[in-house]
Amino acid sequence: MTGILIIEQTLNGLQFGLMLFLLAAGLTLVFGIMDMINLAHGSLYMLGAYLMASLAAATGSFLLGLVLAVLATGAIGAVLEFMLLRRLYERDHLSQVLATFALILIANESVRMLWGPQQMMLNAPAALAGPVELLPGMPYPAYRLAVIAVGLVVAAALYLLVTRTRMGMRVRAGASNREMAQAMGVDIRRLFTVVFAIGAMLCAVAGAMLGPLLAVQIGMGEEILILAFVVIVIGGIGSIRGALVGALLVGMADTAGRAFLPILFRAFLPPEYASGIGPGLASIMIYLIMAGVLFWKPQGLFPARG
Amino acid sequence: MNPFHIASIGSLFSTRRIQGLALAGALAASALSGIAIGADKVRVGMVSTLSGPPGALGIDMRDGFNLALKHLGGKLGGIPVELLVADDNFNPETGKQAVERFVKRDKVDFVTGIIYSNIMLAAGQAAFESGTPYVSANAGPSQYAGKDCNPWFVSAAWQNDSFHEAAGQHATNKGFKTVYLMAPNYPAGKDALTGFKRYYKGKVADEVYVRLGQLDFAAELAQLRAAKPEAVFVFFPGGMGVNFIKQYVAAGLAKDSTLILPGFSADQDIISAVGDSMLGLFNTAHWSPDLDNADNKRFMADFQTEYKRIPSVYAAQGYDTAMLMDAGVRGAKGKVENRAALMKAMKTVKARSVRGDYRIGANGYPVQNYYLRVIGKDAQGQIVNKTMGTIFANHADAYGKECKLK
Repeated sequence: MTGILIIEQTLNGLQFGLMLFLLAAGLTLVFGIMDMINLAHGSLYMLGAYLMASLAAATGSFLLGLVLAVLATGAIGAVLEFMLLRRLYERDHLSQVLATFALILIANESVRMLWGPQQMMLNAPAALAGPVELLPGMPYPAYRLAVIAVGLVVAAALYLLVTRTRMGMRVRAGASNREMAQAMGVDIRRLFTVVFAIGAMLCAVAGAMLGPLLAVQIGMGEEILILAFVVIVIGGIGSIRGALVGALLVGMADTAGRAFLPILFRAFLPPEYASGIGPGLASIMIYLIMAGVLFWKPQGLFPARG
Repeated sequence: MNPFHIASIGSLFSTRRIQGLALAGALAASALSGIAIGADKVRVGMVSTLSGPPGALGIDMRDGFNLALKHLGGKLGGIPVELLVADDNFNPETGKQAVERFVKRDKVDFVTGIIYSNIMLAAGQAAFESGTPYVSANAGPSQYAGKDCNPWFVSAAWQNDSFHEAAGQHATNKGFKTVYLMAPNYPAGKDALTGFKRYYKGKVADEVYVRLGQLDFAAELAQLRAAKPEAVFVFFPGGMGVNFIKQYVAAGLAKDSTLILPGFSADQDIISAVGDSMLGLFNTAHWSPDLDNADNKRFMADFQTEYKRIPSVYAAQGYDTAMLMDAGVRGAKGKVENRAALMKAMKTVKARSVRGDYRIGANGYPVQNYYLRVIGKDAQGQIVNKTMGTIFANHADAYGKECKLK
């Protein structure tokens, strides 16, 4: 019984971690390669989820909606980079924070105007709405398995893209030494636009897949953005591998904390305190991990710059 | 760079903006609904949550109230009514200011409308101090029921614990030996589980509190499965409830453990968001769409004609709130300036109600029946609640005996 519980909680942690990875991957690339702090990353996640909810409803197909939403968010990302963000690369971090914070406010209010203040309904496709029997006596929601599968596929594709393609090589070169890459003839401006669009698409995948599990509502990006920042600080800024490890670490720590700390505390505390302290400590644990990493490895677990 | 401040700054910004809009909306609403002529009128100040995701409840309540006014010919106790509406934006401070404005500037005869107990507790005092009758259409905090009960407070709804108490009694009636309890970690969550345990005689398998606003319950549902309880009782308001029920069904738990809900987590607002997964769920409330009385039939028919949707329990409460005010004005022989007489009449005169007969106890809270409901399809194939039986007959809340009011 406890074995099954541990497997189930591991899957839950994996599912959460992989979705965090999709967010953190885009963030870490933009931060690492362009040295750009993009607070509006969470807004792209929100836009992806809203587009998904509308497009899935309009087309009547979850899959088609997902593809269209991802492409549309990618296009929005590219336009955003081209129109606005590239003017910020040369500015200091404070200007970047101010400008992208303004983007958050603009995005939230635009969504309020376009879609209204109520949260949007986005349901899992009917075929995945129920549970599947993974092991005897262990049913698991089919949709969460699909989320894990999508996360793994995207992570693998991203890994291949970064390590096995010419574009990936340029990305890595840009992340480890931008001036040198530029001197060697890499078209940094175009590379930036592409990288930003890819980051936006990853956001949309995360937003679209998490939509049915969480809620498609205004401000959904801000909460998760903080976790994404924690992930890239743990993983090392600019490193995809670091983002993956950091995201899984944060996902697992959060799930394990919520699942097992209350049990631990219930042994010697009344339930209303035990289950209050458990999740509280779990969220602190994430920051404890971050503090530990910063103390022993200030560059993160997998620093991109040598 | 400090990303940790984003959320708070962001919400500050949007609150300001909504406030402006709400004010404009309230002004427009009061201008439109001002049907009074001369001084001979009853003024009602309604403060409610009418915008954003938490606003769905307030909107239903307001529409129910307006339908009652329409049925009463725009009059309360035969006197033309003037309804002033303000949005509290789900913010206790805004709610308090709105109540103060109504009692001081507009000198209303009744205040009503607050949905959420935290706002009620912040705003109630302003009405009580001015000696203006407050008629609750929803919020029923235990603080106003027990030793701090107030002569200016009367409820046309229920005391907060009541639905949960009925659910606990239902679990006892069904003979469930183990029940697993879950709620958000905030006062109303704790009150809910306390209310349930007051009437549940079996064993509590576990009692789990989660962060208020949590939307993903994967970790908690895995724990729940491992505990193998016979039944599960949860109180998750609004969007939390929608997500919990969806995920509970998706995890395949519905066939192992019976889910019992308070009516708040299984009413029309939640049903329309969750859909077919809710069929067959049991829940408890003081009202149901199919209650067999003439007032309810008329209410159900006219509400759907007027607003093109099935009314929720909040709409029913709004309707009954206006009916209770009507009874109060009639009982006070139309002398609305005599506030004490208004209060006395509301507590004694029998008011019409879509829930059937009920009376008001000494502490201002209703003494009434609570029903077991099951979610099923009606003749038109719409998903609605259906009455399965009476759990409590003439049930009074647990705090009233500490109240010194007579």
